[in-house]
Amino acid sequence: MKMKALVIRIIKQFINDKRTLAMILVAPMFILWLMSQVFHSDQYEPTIALVDIPEQVSSLLENQDAQFMDYTTQTADAMLTEGSIDAILTWTSTGPELILEGSDPSVNKSMLILFQNIASELSPASNSLQASITYLHGSEDMTAFDSFGPVLIGVFAFFFVFLTSGISFLRERTTGTLERLMATPVKRWELVIGYVIGFGIFSIIQAALIAWFSIQVLDMLMMGSIWLVLLVTLLLAMTALTLGTLLSAFANNEFQMVQFIPLVIVPQVFLSGLFNIESMSEWLQWLSILMPLSYGADALREIMVRGSGWNEIAVDVYVLSGFSVTIIIANIFTLKKYRKL
Amino acid sequence: MVEPCIQVQQLTKKFSKRTVLQNISLDIPHAKITGLLGPSGAGKTTLIKLIAGMDTPDRGKIHVLSTKMPSLNIVKRLGYMAQSDALYTELTAYDNLDFFAQLYGLKGKTKKQRINEVMELVDLTSDLRKKVSKYSGGMKRRLSLAIALVHQPEVLLLDEPTVGIDPVLRQSIWSELELLSKQGTTIIVTTHVMDEAEKCHQLAMLRDGEIIAFDTPNQLMKATEKSSIEDAFLYYGGAKA
Ligand SMILES: Nc1ncnc2c1ncn2[C@@H]1O[C@H](COP(=O)(O)OP(=O)(O)OP(=O)(O)O)[C@@H](O)[C@H]1O
Ligand SMILES: [Mg+2]
Repeated sequence: MKMKALVIRIIKQFINDKRTLAMILVAPMFILWLMSQVFHSDQYEPTIALVDIPEQVSSLLENQDAQFMDYTTQTADAMLTEGSIDAILTWTSTGPELILEGSDPSVNKSMLILFQNIASELSPASNSLQASITYLHGSEDMTAFDSFGPVLIGVFAFFFVFLTSGISFLRERTTGTLERLMATPVKRWELVIGYVIGFGIFSIIQAALIAWFSIQVLDMLMMGSIWLVLLVTLLLAMTALTLGTLLSAFANNEFQMVQFIPLVIVPQVFLSGLFNIESMSEWLQWLSILMPLSYGADALREIMVRGSGWNEIAVDVYVLSGFSVTIIIANIFTLKKYRKL
Repeated sequence: MVEPCIQVQQLTKKFSKRTVLQNISLDIPHAKITGLLGPSGAGKTTLIKLIAGMDTPDRGKIHVLSTKMPSLNIVKRLGYMAQSDALYTELTAYDNLDFFAQLYGLKGKTKKQRINEVMELVDLTSDLRKKVSKYSGGMKRRLSLAIALVHQPEVLLLDEPTVGIDPVLRQSIWSELELLSKQGTTIIVTTHVMDEAEKCHQLAMLRDGEIIAFDTPNQLMKATEKSSIEDAFLYYGGAKA
C-alpha cells in the first residue's frame, strides 16, 4: 500500500518532468544512432602500398577508391608499422598477398571490399583469385559497431538511469522530503523498494526501446534472443538505479552528483570491453571484476555477437542481480542516518 | 495520576561535539496546546524532531503515548509539520496530500473526504489541482499544515506553522487548533509570534538547549513581573534589563 503510493508518486513526477523522461528514453537512442553513423561511415579512402605488382593489375587499380603507391618491401613494412599506410599488396608466385594494418575494423572492412572488387575484375568467373590476408594488429572479426554496439547499449542503459535516479533521490534529500518521509510510518525498506519499482518501470521501457532501436533501426548484429538482451539491460539499469540512489547520499547537490560521472561511469566504460581488457595491466583487470558494467557488457556481447544462450550468460546475470541486491541493502542501511527504524 | 502524553526525560542531544539539548525533562499533558518558545538556535526544532522519532537522543528517553520513541506504531498517530516545507513541487497539491495520506494508510472515500476537509480548513480548496511549484510561500505553508492534519493524528507537532500566513487565516487556523485540542488532540507548537504564544495553554521556554521555564502564560508573566508575554520572553531570552 505504502509502496504503491511511492511508485505512483514517482510515475507522476516522471510524467510531469518530460525532459527527464526524454533523457532516459530518447537520449540513449540518439547517441546510439550517432555512434552508428560515426562507425558505419565508409567514406574513408585507404592508402595502400604496392610491391611487385603485375602491369595488368596496377592498371585496374586506377578505378578504385584508394591511394596506391609503389614501394619496396622494406619501406612498405616500415610505413605499415608506423601506421602511415593501411595495407601492403604484394604479388608473389603463389598469388596476391594482402597485409592489413588491422587496428581499425572499419578500415579493414573497406579494404576487404576493395580487394574483392579487384579480384572479381581480374577473374570474374569466381573466387579463383584467393589472396592470403594477414593482419598486423587485430583480426578480421566484424565491423566496429557490431563489435562494441552491445557494450554501448549497456553503457547508455546504465548511464542515464544512474544519473536520473541519483539526482531524483538526491532531490528527495535536499528538499527535505526524505526527512519528512521519515516522520511518516513508511519503513526504510519500503521506501527503497518503492524507488526500485518506480524507476524499474521506466527502466523496462528504456531497455525495450534501446533494444528495439538498436536491432531494428540501427541494424546491429543480433544473433541471440531478444528476451535475454532485455533481461540483461534491465538488470544493468537496476544496478545503475540502486547505485545512483546510494551514491546520492554522498553528494550535497546536483553538481556533486554529476561529478560521479568521471569517477563511476567513465572507468566502467573503459573497462567494460570497448577496449581489449586482456591487454591491460593486471590490476586493471582486477578492477573490472568490481564493475557491474563489465558483466552486463560481456553478457550483451555474448548474446548479440556470439548468439549465446542462457548458460553462457548465467554467471553475468547472477553477478548483476547480486550487485543490485547488495546495493539495495546498502541503501536501506544508509537511510539509518535519517531514522533508526 | 494521569500519565502525560509526552514524557521527555533527561534528554541530551549533540551534533558532533556541540551539545544542542542539555538534560531536558518535560511532561506534556494530553489535550493541551503547548508552546515552545526560545531564541533562534535554542534547539526547538531539534526537540520536536526527537519527539517525532526522526532522530535519536544521545542520552535520555522520550515516551509518546506511553511508548518509547522511536516507534513506527506511534509515528502513525503523530502529525508533523516541518519548519521548512518539504513538498513535491512538481506535483499538484492534491497529489502531495494523496501521497502522504496513503503513507498513513488512508484510502478510498475516507481519504478523499479528509483531503477535502483539510484543504477547506487551510483555505486551499480552489488551488487543489495546482502544481505546488506555482504556490506562494504562505500557500505552501498551509499545504504542509494540511498534510500534517490529514490522518487526524492524536498528537500534532507543528514547527512554526503560521510563518508567512496572513492574520485572518492565522486566526482561523488557531481557532481550529483550539477546537482540535478541545476534542482531545495534544498539540506542540513552536512560534516566534507573541500573540500566538498567549493562546497556548502552557509555554516551555528554551534557551541554549535548556528548559528555563515551563508554565502557563499567566504564571510566566507573574513570575517575571512583566505585563506581557513578549517582555517575559525577552527576560528569559537573556535581555534581563
Ligand atoms: N543536523 C544538524 N547538524 C548540526 N547542527 C545542527 C543540526 N541541526 C541543528 N543544529 C544546530 O543545533 C542548534 C539548534 O538548532 P534548532 O534548529 O533546533 O534551533 P531552533 O530553536 O529551531 O531555531 P529557529 O528558531 O531558528 O528555528 C543550532 O545551533 C543548529 O546550528
Ligand atoms: Mg527551528
